[in-house]
Amino acid sequence: MHEVALTVNGTNMRIEVEPRMTLADALRDRCDLTGTHLACEHGVCGSCTISVDGRAVRSCLMFAVQADGADVMTIEGLANGEELHPVQKAFQAEHGLQCGFCTPGFVMSVTKFLETTPDPTDDQIRDGISGNLCRCTGYQGIVRAVKRAAAELNGQS
Amino acid sequence: MSNRIISPVGARFVGQSVQRKEDRRLVTGHGQYVDDIKVPGALHAAFLRSDVARGRITKLDVSAAREAPGVHGVYTWQDFHEQFGEAYHVMMGEALVVPPPLAIMDVRHVGDPIALVVADDRYLAEDALELIELELEVDQAVVDYRTAADDSDNVVHAGWGLPSNVMVAMPFMPLAPDLDEAFASAAHVVETLVDQNRYNCVPMEGRGIVATWNQGRGEMDIIASTQSVHETRNFFARYLDIPEGNIRVTARDVGGGFGQKMFVFREECAIVLAARAVRGTVKWIEDRRENLIASGHSRNESGTVRVAVADDLTITAMSVDHVADVGAYPPCPAVLDPTLLTGPYRIPRMGFSMSMVWTNTMGKVAYRGPWMFETTAREIAIDATARAIGVDPVELRRKNLLSFDELPYTSAAQREMVEITPLETLDQALEMLDYEGFRREQEAARAEGRLLGVGVSVYVEPTSMDAPSLHTEGATVRVEASGKVVAYLGTTSHGQSIETTMAQIVADTLGVAYDDVIVVQADTQSTPYGPGTGGSRTAVLAGGAAQRATESLREKVVAIAAHMLEASGDDLEIADSTISVKGTPSKSVTLFEVAKLAYRQAHTLPADVDSSLEATVRFRPTRFPTWSNATHICVVEIDRVTWRPTILRYIVSEDCGRMINPMVVEGQIFGGVAQGIGGVLYENFVYDNEGTPLTTTFMDYLLPTAAEMPHIEIGHLETVSTTNPGGFKGLGEGGAIGSHACVTNAVSDALAPFGIVVTKTPLGPNDIFELVRAAGHA
Ligand code: FES
Ligand code: FES
Repeated sequence: MHEVALTVNGTNMRIEVEPRMTLADALRDRCDLTGTHLACEHGVCGSCTISVDGRAVRSCLMFAVQADGADVMTIEGLANGEELHPVQKAFQAEHGLQCGFCTPGFVMSVTKFLETTPDPTDDQIRDGISGNLCRCTGYQGIVRAVKRAAAELNGQS
Repeated sequence: MSNRIISPVGARFVGQSVQRKEDRRLVTGHGQYVDDIKVPGALHAAFLRSDVARGRITKLDVSAAREAPGVHGVYTWQDFHEQFGEAYHVMMGEALVVPPPLAIMDVRHVGDPIALVVADDRYLAEDALELIELELEVDQAVVDYRTAADDSDNVVHAGWGLPSNVMVAMPFMPLAPDLDEAFASAAHVVETLVDQNRYNCVPMEGRGIVATWNQGRGEMDIIASTQSVHETRNFFARYLDIPEGNIRVTARDVGGGFGQKMFVFREECAIVLAARAVRGTVKWIEDRRENLIASGHSRNESGTVRVAVADDLTITAMSVDHVADVGAYPPCPAVLDPTLLTGPYRIPRMGFSMSMVWTNTMGKVAYRGPWMFETTAREIAIDATARAIGVDPVELRRKNLLSFDELPYTSAAQREMVEITPLETLDQALEMLDYEGFRREQEAARAEGRLLGVGVSVYVEPTSMDAPSLHTEGATVRVEASGKVVAYLGTTSHGQSIETTMAQIVADTLGVAYDDVIVVQADTQSTPYGPGTGGSRTAVLAGGAAQRATESLREKVVAIAAHMLEASGDDLEIADSTISVKGTPSKSVTLFEVAKLAYRQAHTLPADVDSSLEATVRFRPTRFPTWSNATHICVVEIDRVTWRPTILRYIVSEDCGRMINPMVVEGQIFGGVAQGIGGVLYENFVYDNEGTPLTTTFMDYLLPTAAEMPHIEIGHLETVSTTNPGGFKGLGEGGAIGSHACVTNAVSDALAPFGIVVTKTPLGPNDIFELVRAAGHA
């Protein structure tokens, strides 16, 4: 067992993990943060996307021990208290989710995507979210949500 | 056209794209999918599965695995022998038995579960799997269903003493006395072999179950990723031979199903038996490889379609000879429904044969529109027929499609077609595209050597299907002590927005705010029985139940309010949770005041006024099915260097009756269309000749991403249905049903300059290249 110290959603945590435990499993099992979902565990679907030191990361492809000292944000840390993040609000407003299983991964990816591409075209959006799989929505509501979120974030800044 | 929708008086939420009640928890990561359920002390399970498609088990030694760290149990078929009773789903009938959970003596497909390890965590369980000694004598697998019926040397179920690989074979049956004459005398008879590839449900959340056996109480508690908590409970009551009341099945959030989670599979059986064996909790969460290789496969069927056409383009007869692969152990073999073969057309004569064939592959399961092949076969054949006789496929369709004004129409298979708009949706979709304009653009493009094609597909969807065990749904609606409302439904939502749409109906029917209604479902201890969420049943059946139960509740509210207001019930109206005398709004009581009296001061009511603020209804539509219909049109361009097809436009004109929530309706269409596009252009589940699956990750089994999906344009017609009080129709499956043929036909049209007629899928760049090469153009 290894002790890993990390910050998760602003809270300092120490967790005990085996070296082989993925960061996704550690977040879900050791930190009780089950919003990070696993739909492939081989790095393709993007469901497990979280932010590690400000970058979007697939937490199924990272071991928990690699996150020692890292600043991690999961979907649970995105809203500001009761106030949803603009990306979360936009997914809700534009029917960007149905079963919702892919949603935390999308929301985290989109949040990062809009940081680097604040005013994306439709093609840029489709390209930017093509690393996340959704089986329910055909992506149409998600694309609309990204546009709406971009507009709201641009209006804010 | 009559039957057109006018919003009923008082509707405020139905017909509106109100925001979903489900979303807040889901966008914040607070959904509760089965893997999110933590039960203290739970053990975790992993299966040893066969890597061989067909073989005899010559050695199975689990002794080392039993000694492995953290292991609480290792089970093989012997451990579960005679531990279970009847194993069938009511919907499928008693004859289709779920096989014993673990392989006995032999394996019949890759992924066949052989042993089960239960350990402190999943990592340890998988470690122990490595210690199981397994030896198999490999036999020649039966992989290709097209030749399986004739293969008497290799028989999938030889172990059951069966003589052949044919599960069902129904000889040709003409549904008109003069069918042969019609074909013999037709101006044109065109025969088309339509061949649809194997592609699968693939929900983003795989299957999963947490089963807890409480020895002291003799109770089984099951939390599952399922489409039907009630049928799961009833299945296990028979399986464990304990009363239904001693089993509780719940689901909180379910990450998609698409048909796959309608049925209890062997793995869930094994987990429930293991939970009883360890007298505690066992959790199993399927991984993606398991989901791809062992959670049911779909499509993979073919049919020879013959279409007889008169000189004036009237289709005079059609026949289909159908063969489907059902794999080794099909949870749902999805029998062909011949009554759907003629679909929305005026085709007076029809005939069909069908056969279902076992192979050493994963068993067939229902997938969004399990009656899709009926549309796929017909629509691809109609395009091929039009091409063969040299007319535009739209012209051939127009001549033969039913229009609303000529209904009711009784089909060759004696189905009564009513309340549908096939020709009207075709016209709307053509107009949305500007079909004539497109044909001109195409001509110019072809002159430049570009490969541009358009495809059409028209279908009817038998929503709230006519299967006797699926004829009803239940709802209980209650005004609580606070005046807020709870609706208990028999549904098990897995993405359908049921909490939202049903709350819209209840709110309007009772006259309360949408926010004041909470929908409870997917808990067998609190909700009325429902056979499952699937088959596009919810709008019609759950919607009807919710509305009827709320109407009955409303009468009770009115009776109490009439007493309180000293008025006649007939003079009262309810709006915004306030019951008032019509025309005298100052004479009113709130729903809270009514509830307060009913819950706390029932003694003040006259004896003949019921103090209950709860009503339960089992709803049965007046007719089956409730037809909905649509037309899909898409435009495809094929790159002449990479042979990659790209969809440039995708148009759907649909008629699902009165829409409860247009946003949800459109979302269902988008998702369904994506699955059809995926099945034609990207998804293809492949086995090699030994029956080894080659597409076991998302790197090989390609789901469409946002980069591949087109923007979908939707037009609505709203012809109300009279099968249910709300005028609703289902539509969950239509997107998937119509899109396969539509995309295939567009690719075919794009390749028309090469003289290629496409009737077989998949159609990835390689497949298209091969077609072009075979035609001598590459
Ligand atoms: S679960 Fe990590 S990418 Fe799919
Ligand atoms: S909403 Fe179900 S997978 Fe995306």
